Amino acid sequence: MTVVVNEVIELIREVSDPEIPVLSIMDLGVVRDVEVKQKDVLVKITPTYSGCPAMDMISTEIKYKLDQAGYNTTVKLILAPAWTTDWITENGRKKLEAYGIAAPLEASADKMALMGESRMVKCTNCGSTNTVLVSQFGSTACKALFKCKDCLEPFDYFKCLK
Amino acid sequence: MSKLYDYLLLLGDSSMILGHRLSELCGHGPNLETDIALTNISLDLFGQVRNYFQYAAEMKGEEATEDSIAFLRLPHEYRNVLLAEQPNTDFAYIIARQFLFDAYHLPLMEALIESKDEQVAAIAHKSIKEVRYHLRFSSEWVKRLGDGTEVSHQKMQEAIDYLWPYTKELFEETPLEAAMKTEGIGADLNALKVKYDAHVQGVLAEATINIPETPFAHSGGKNGIHTEHLGFLLADLQYMQRAYPNMAW
Ligand SMILES: [Zn+2]
Repeated sequence: MTVVVNEVIELIREVSDPEIPVLSIMDLGVVRDVEVKQKDVLVKITPTYSGCPAMDMISTEIKYKLDQAGYNTTVKLILAPAWTTDWITENGRKKLEAYGIAAPLEASADKMALMGESRMVKCTNCGSTNTVLVSQFGSTACKALFKCKDCLEPFDYFKCLK
Repeated sequence: MSKLYDYLLLLGDSSMILGHRLSELCGHGPNLETDIALTNISLDLFGQVRNYFQYAAEMKGEEATEDSIAFLRLPHEYRNVLLAEQPNTDFAYIIARQFLFDAYHLPLMEALIESKDEQVAAIAHKSIKEVRYHLRFSSEWVKRLGDGTEVSHQKMQEAIDYLWPYTKELFEETPLEAAMKTEGIGADLNALKVKYDAHVQGVLAEATINIPETPFAHSGGKNGIHTEHLGFLLADLQYMQRAYPNMAW
């Protein structure tokens, strides 16, 4: 049984966030539960943000991948407990940084960073903390836009959500 | 349908109508960052609406879906507050409308996380983090414009003066809201008002904006009596489903 569950999990791990293709949904922390009964699989996922347009695509991809492997898959969207950036794994944080998105700080530092009061967000291009908030809202619901004052490159910051 | 069903629509409608207003600004914001911010807020609101309406559709059964609830009702069947349907004019006005709504929306979500209905509580838990962020954004802009240049100050003051009469309705308890409160599912609007007043007064003082003293107030939205703007908004919002029934992307 455990072997089967592992196979299912490994298949789910191949599904990535369409907005951040380097990041597996397992590392993003949106997969909350997987139940396997013979060939019937129930996968419970939770949205990052209420309006995250990626959720429909993620559900479809999970179902497609598992069905292809011979499972009978149901994907259920659950709201509670609400997702937090704390659920992004260490591996996920490294992948975000490598992709050019600064990983979320802890809550109080995040608040200061987003109020433009602290220099704690590290430039993903040169590593400098001499950075400035450009906009609290970025290219997707989960990101804010920063600019590095040393190398002058703009970059995304994954907002802390608790 | 049940009272809870009606309450879900009442909650969802304000977010949907305001979300639609904000979506009209996509590509029309005063600069790139605010354009992205306003459409992000719109997206959050639509996400929250989907949660309310999916739950409502499940409750209604039959052929109901989140889309049929969103798109196939007549104007008098929408229960949004009048503030949400007011049209976009200048940026100060858009920010003032957002600020007054967010300042009400946050304590509303804070109250609903205590709801006896598990799904309502879960939706509020999900929404609250987003709404807190919206309020931070709109509050900062009210201060920046109010305490900015002579022109921005004047525009913000005019916007607050114009929209103020629409705020009383937020806290006018309808029989439906009273019943939901009694059942422990809905929020106590009087308790919200205390938090709302404290926040709004604090921000407006910092923004050097005077609080209007007019006793005049508009209301009716929560009972389905709307301003002329809603019909035009719905003509746009519902167009595809009315022209091509059951069409899907
Ligand atoms: Zn840099």
